[in-house]
Amino acid sequence: MHTLPQQLANGLLLGSMYGLIAIGYTMVYGIVQLINFAHGEIFMTGAFGGLTVYLYVLPDGISMWIALPLMLIGGALVSVLIALGAERFAYRPLRGAPRLAPLITAIGLSLALQQAVFNWYPKAKNDEVFPQIPGGPFHVGSITFGTGDIFLITAAPLCMAALALFVRSSRTGRAMQATAQDPDTAQLMGIDTNRIIMIAFAIGGLFAAVAGIAWGLKYGSIKYEMGFQAGLKAFTAAVLGGIGNIYGAMIGGVVLGLAETMASAYISNVPGMEQLGGSGWANVWAFVLLILVLLFRPQGLVGERVADRA
Amino acid sequence: MTALLEVEDLRVAYGKIEAVKGISFTVEAGQVVTLIGTNGAGKTTTLRTLSGLLKPSGGRITFDGKPLSDIPAHKIVALGLAHSPEGRHIFPRLTIAENLQLGAFLRSDKAGIEKDVQRAYELFPILGERRKQAAGTLSGGEQQMLAMGRALMSQPKLLMLDEPSMGLSPIMMQKIMATIVELKAQGTTILLVEQNAQAALSLADHAHVMEVGEIKLSGSGQDLLHDENVRKTYLGED
Repeated sequence: MHTLPQQLANGLLLGSMYGLIAIGYTMVYGIVQLINFAHGEIFMTGAFGGLTVYLYVLPDGISMWIALPLMLIGGALVSVLIALGAERFAYRPLRGAPRLAPLITAIGLSLALQQAVFNWYPKAKNDEVFPQIPGGPFHVGSITFGTGDIFLITAAPLCMAALALFVRSSRTGRAMQATAQDPDTAQLMGIDTNRIIMIAFAIGGLFAAVAGIAWGLKYGSIKYEMGFQAGLKAFTAAVLGGIGNIYGAMIGGVVLGLAETMASAYISNVPGMEQLGGSGWANVWAFVLLILVLLFRPQGLVGERVADRA
Repeated sequence: MTALLEVEDLRVAYGKIEAVKGISFTVEAGQVVTLIGTNGAGKTTTLRTLSGLLKPSGGRITFDGKPLSDIPAHKIVALGLAHSPEGRHIFPRLTIAENLQLGAFLRSDKAGIEKDVQRAYELFPILGERRKQAAGTLSGGEQQMLAMGRALMSQPKLLMLDEPSMGLSPIMMQKIMATIVELKAQGTTILLVEQNAQAALSLADHAHVMEVGEIKLSGSGQDLLHDENVRKTYLGED
């Protein structure tokens, strides 16, 4: 049933999801050198934001084709507001503090957001069923796609292309690059670096919300703790690609998704490793890959040399 | 006539350590004023405070008739005060053309910006030849040219240059100093911080010698160039 093309497609899909979330880690790190460990929860709340629109705002039985854009807007609104709130009230007061302070704050915020959803969102203690786009599954050659996969395949490249265009060609994008490379000098050019930092958090939140909705559509349910592991993987993807580099986040995501899927599908065929296949070992292989990349190419797959940052 | 820049009893502290201990000086439009002094005298701290990157702990800064103390750095450049920082600080992974464009970040007159980009290429032909190249690949002297060209892109009323000759070969240093003379001839007002006292004093209208956060001596560039103490301490003569 699971042919090689199907496995490749699965890996690519999973990798696109990681890539979308990884953008949030990498953009924020690129500009303020902060690892926002609450970003996984921003992804989770985006999914819940979308679900809330469907369950409690829209009338029952509404067509998914009308509901989905509104769910995306709702999810994005929740994620972006939480990301901006975190920046303004948790991280900005700690700018200039020793690095450990914002890191611990991020972990605290991550737990607080998880527990807030767990305790206050109706029925969130179990998996929440997420509405599905009707139709499917579709067959392309030997590969089978669900409707949720189609959403992800469309949304991920679109988001990435839009972001690349924005960063490279817009005035704000140029200001963003300048701020990432040298924040003090960026201010001397007249760039409001606080505004640039907020935009980085907002874009991360937006992409996380798209990923959150895609997750719900693909897997059919969401949970308050879904952000922990997805966030950790996306962070791994960002480091794998070269943290601070948006292309690195995209490439790192896809590489990680493919490696994880391929390893769980095929590694048990290797003599002596029969016990090490299957999805139970997927995380092991993902992090083994991370360790290897950090050993042999610490700047990440497409990252710049660290000396350039000075 | 009031001066373009008036600094009165300026104090700047890093925590409990006062780096600038109440200095006063003025820069008139059209003048070149230089601050000279050894490492740690507080020259760079003074410039970083004027451009808003550091907050003063006391005193007054008046630029073009407006008090500067509470204005954030990114709004000061809009008032006409440009700062080419110590160590050049070009944006290494952006091209030369993009670096120059960022110097004009707050301007919206496209034609005027293009004209000034061309002017920067005339002033520094090497920048024009390499406009598509990442700025990080330039030599130190070329990066200094880019930093100066970038600062000029905001059409400043006052150009602050911090150690433009630092770490450059003697030939490159001469080129940079010649450019400053040229800018002066064009009427640019310049506040120059230099460790190369000889070069700075010979082109300055006014000069101030800073030592551990205070102005110890002031006068015209020529006066200080011939002052016995200055010659001993800063020009290396016995």
